[in-house]
Amino acid sequence: MMQFMLLFSRQGKLRLQKWYVAHPDKLKKKITRELITTILARKPKMCSFLEWRDLKIVYKRYASLYFCCAIEQCDNELLTLEIIHRYVELLDKYFGSVCELDIIFNFEKAYFILDELMLGGEVQETSKKNVLKAIAAQDLLQEDEAVEGALRDIGLL
Amino acid sequence: MPAVRGDGMRGLAVFISDIRNCKSKEAEIKRINKELANIRSKFKGDKTLDGYQKKKYVCKLLFIFLLGHDIDFGHMEAVNLLSSNKYSEKQIGYLFISVLVNTNSELIKLIIQSIKNDLGSRNPIHVNLALQCIANIGSREMAEAFGSEIPRLLVSGDTMDVVKQSAALCLLRLFRTSQDIIPGGEWTSRIIHLLNDQHMGVVTAATSLIDALVKKNPEEYKGCVSLAVSRLSRIVTASYTDLQDYTYYFVPAPWLSVKLLRLLQNYTPPAEDPGVRGRLNECLETILNKAQEPPKSKKVQHSNAKNAVLFEAISLIIHNDSEANLLVRACNQLGQFLSNRETNLRYLALESMCHLATSEFSHEAVKKHQEVVILSMKMEKDVSVRQQAVDLLYAMCDKSNAEEIVQEMLNYLETADYSIREEMVLKVAILAEKYATDYTWYVDVILNLIRIAGDYVSEEVWYRVIQIVINRDEVQGYAAKTVFEALQAPACHENMVKVGGYILGEFGNLIAGDQRSSPLVQFQLLHSKYHLCSPMTRALLLSTYIKFINLFPEIRTQVQEVFKQHSNLRSADAELQQRASEYLQLSIIASSDVLATVLEEMPAFPERESSILAVLKKKKPGRVPENEIKDNKSPTPVNNNHANEVNNTSSNSADLLGLSTPPTSIPNSGNTGVLLDVFGDIYSGKPANNSTSSASNRNWFVDPKNRDNLGVNNTGETIRKRIREKNHYEDSLFVCKNNGVLFENDLIQIGVKSEFRQNLGRLGLFYGNKTSAALQNFFPTLQWSEENNVKLSIQMKPVEPVLEAGAQIQQMINAECVDDYTDTPSIAVSFVCNKVPHKINIKLPLTINKFFEPTEMNGESFFARWKNLGNTNQQRSQKIFKATAPMDLQAAKTKIVGFGMQLLEGIDPNPDNFVCAGIIHMRSQQVGCLLRLEPNKNAQMYRLTVRSSKESVSVELCDLLADQF
Repeated sequence: MMQFMLLFSRQGKLRLQKWYVAHPDKLKKKITRELITTILARKPKMCSFLEWRDLKIVYKRYASLYFCCAIEQCDNELLTLEIIHRYVELLDKYFGSVCELDIIFNFEKAYFILDELMLGGEVQETSKKNVLKAIAAQDLLQEDEAVEGALRDIGLL
Repeated sequence: MPAVRGDGMRGLAVFISDIRNCKSKEAEIKRINKELANIRSKFKGDKTLDGYQKKKYVCKLLFIFLLGHDIDFGHMEAVNLLSSNKYSEKQIGYLFISVLVNTNSELIKLIIQSIKNDLGSRNPIHVNLALQCIANIGSREMAEAFGSEIPRLLVSGDTMDVVKQSAALCLLRLFRTSQDIIPGGEWTSRIIHLLNDQHMGVVTAATSLIDALVKKNPEEYKGCVSLAVSRLSRIVTASYTDLQDYTYYFVPAPWLSVKLLRLLQNYTPPAEDPGVRGRLNECLETILNKAQEPPKSKKVQHSNAKNAVLFEAISLIIHNDSEANLLVRACNQLGQFLSNRETNLRYLALESMCHLATSEFSHEAVKKHQEVVILSMKMEKDVSVRQQAVDLLYAMCDKSNAEEIVQEMLNYLETADYSIREEMVLKVAILAEKYATDYTWYVDVILNLIRIAGDYVSEEVWYRVIQIVINRDEVQGYAAKTVFEALQAPACHENMVKVGGYILGEFGNLIAGDQRSSPLVQFQLLHSKYHLCSPMTRALLLSTYIKFINLFPEIRTQVQEVFKQHSNLRSADAELQQRASEYLQLSIIASSDVLATVLEEMPAFPERESSILAVLKKKKPGRVPENEIKDNKSPTPVNNNHANEVNNTSSNSADLLGLSTPPTSIPNSGNTGVLLDVFGDIYSGKPANNSTSSASNRNWFVDPKNRDNLGVNNTGETIRKRIREKNHYEDSLFVCKNNGVLFENDLIQIGVKSEFRQNLGRLGLFYGNKTSAALQNFFPTLQWSEENNVKLSIQMKPVEPVLEAGAQIQQMINAECVDDYTDTPSIAVSFVCNKVPHKINIKLPLTINKFFEPTEMNGESFFARWKNLGNTNQQRSQKIFKATAPMDLQAAKTKIVGFGMQLLEGIDPNPDNFVCAGIIHMRSQQVGCLLRLEPNKNAQMYRLTVRSSKESVSVELCDLLADQF
């Protein structure tokens, strides 16, 4: 089971955090700080996995963003790398060549997409098509509401 | 500002831009405070705030929180958003709750109704939103509120696939918080059959759920094995077009494959059904074959996904440990990875090979890669990879390659990273001892270790070399000569001085014949280091000097001069002062006969397992390969729950490996047949406060923690006396610990080591004959009635009927907790010594608390459960009693931790109180237990309360623990 996922920038700024286990805020901050420092200190060609406390850390850098997941001993490291990749692909597809700014300004969307891919620390849906379909359906609901709102505003409804 | 999809919130985007434009941290904080004030006033004053505005402000708060600031308001507005009829508002409400929730429990009660409404919605998007929220919070309250609804959603025919997927994982999340949520009976087969579902997404989600259920109840879910094998078989034989979107970079359904392979690792290979077993082996072969095929894509995603499946398949092969052919193939495959371009693959291959090295089928195959592994240790750029290589070398080491591997590790140690040195030192020390055929080699290795990495050589390591030298006559002269030479180096490590001091004090006479190492030279050499050493080493050297007076009367004057020096006789360090003055007096007053008796050579240490191993295991719980080729297969089914393993190792940190080492008899041990092993608890634990050391025995100790009983021979006697006083056969002691001496008299010593996992326990009893005659007709018999045995089933392995003089034998006992029980089993040991029959009854440390698994929880859920369990009198038990010993909270804590529950710190408002949680594992059920111990220092009283779902258990636990204080 994945315990948490962190997205942070090369400057060490946290951009997204998703916790699948309950920790007090203080501990979360401590863990985050510790991991960001550890990972930023590593060189590019180094292994993407490291042991940390009793967990395994899997991380990968995409452009200016680091994606970092903590998994348990029995979890598969390589496939966790691919969860990260699938998530990046989804973000990319949704935002159209995603960049760090998209995630900063639309952090809520980044969360919604992640929630479709993973639930409770386990992979829920690995099909890219299905996840995008679910997100599109959500957006459709919103747009309907927006149109409805606009129509109501001008007195047509 | 990038374009925003859906209905963007302009105000939010502006705010985020503002924050990004802040030039300094102070400016950012100022801007945030301004925004917080604005939002607060909006929420307070303006009653006409519409949904959109609420959403926008809640979103801003969320953003501020994610920047790392605390948010203490806005929760109510978020809750209001949940019941909005606009999806976008509802969604933001849910997001806020998911991200910020565990801080505010009152909130949960408020949102349950909204979640219920959405869960009942006809729109699957709403249902999923509710499920995601339940899973994100995953608390006990959620389990209680939705425990019946979600299983229904999962198996119902009219549920849409997307909802089923979420329901499966949501249920899994709730199951992890409260195990009783899953209904049994017909549900079992319906859940298992989700493996056959048409929709791959549903199967993927369901497999995770089933994996967790299997871990709790393997028997009940056994049916999943054949279904999982069939499903796996269909995937591995599928072409990559068959599975459409579930094919990931030309690899068919890698996530599902890995989950299925993981699920199968909960069981031993399906023996009763050869068809299933055959099909599984075919799958594994196919996966291995595919690894040899040329890649279908150059992308790293393709290779990662393909290899993820391959590594998981190899894990299963190693777990099954039954197909020699597959194991060897797996090993060859991993061998290829060792020289792969990808660092990640090399890392994983080394790690996986570590496991292969422990299988008898593949151990030899692993050894073929020794050269490459040594190169990895030396050449890898990444320290984590080098670390894996060291681990593998340790795991693949045996008699045939030990010298080479140890030498390579020693060479590498000179330049090794600081982060891994200490562990490497331990590993080298263990290997050198374990595979030494010639003990001069062993001595050389350890002295080299001290020379190369003295700072990282822990006490255990140098204690151990001394024990071994003392026990082996043939190596003593060599050791004395070698340390003497080593000490001649201009800069030598203090640990070398310690070892040198001890060994020359014992065996310096063996090299004194040579003029170059005459008594005076030895003494001067050691004393030249004296002033550079810490007080502890100086104390040790003073003991060496007094021993020199006995060994070499001709240098008495020079030695006495040293004792007389102001810096010693009036040392600020009380220990040094005392030693100097007492040794001086001893050398003046005592006759040479008395000296010879008092300062006699140390008796041999009883043979026992290296304490270094225990240190290594403690450093890396669960990661130290057993290094012994597995000889017995794990019983069906195996529990792989790693978290438990870690808990277990940390709660009984004493090494458990001892159980697998064959018993050895003690050579010419005379009357010292005491298992020094078990002294560990007394030395390393809290200084035994009940045996206040009398002035006479204190004299000879540097520090009760250090096993430097160099001083005089009778120290051993004092220790033994202390043990006897302390141990006087109190079985109540063993409620809170697993290892130690159960019984001891002049004839026999009985020690125990035990380990527990879930509802299974394993005890090793060690019988040591302390006499110089054999114990005949030696029969331990179990005293445990049939009717009790139904609840706690015990099996005892037979032992030889004769226990030779001075020998030690081991007896294994397996226990399984089936149902709750109250009595304690005992054994009767009968034997004949010098024609006199003896019979000893001892209770076994198999009280019900041994089957505890500690459970972490936060204060909120603790008190919620505490309240719940307190509703009826049947579930709780309470005792108020007077403290029998002075109240010592530290000692109480040690006992409570030893009792097996998780000590939850910082939860109880009164810091002196102890609260704990744990689950007792039985075959038939699991009983969750909570405990609270309230010491009242003024009254010298304790109040102990135990609450559990079963009255008999509460009462028994309360009785057991109350006796400990």
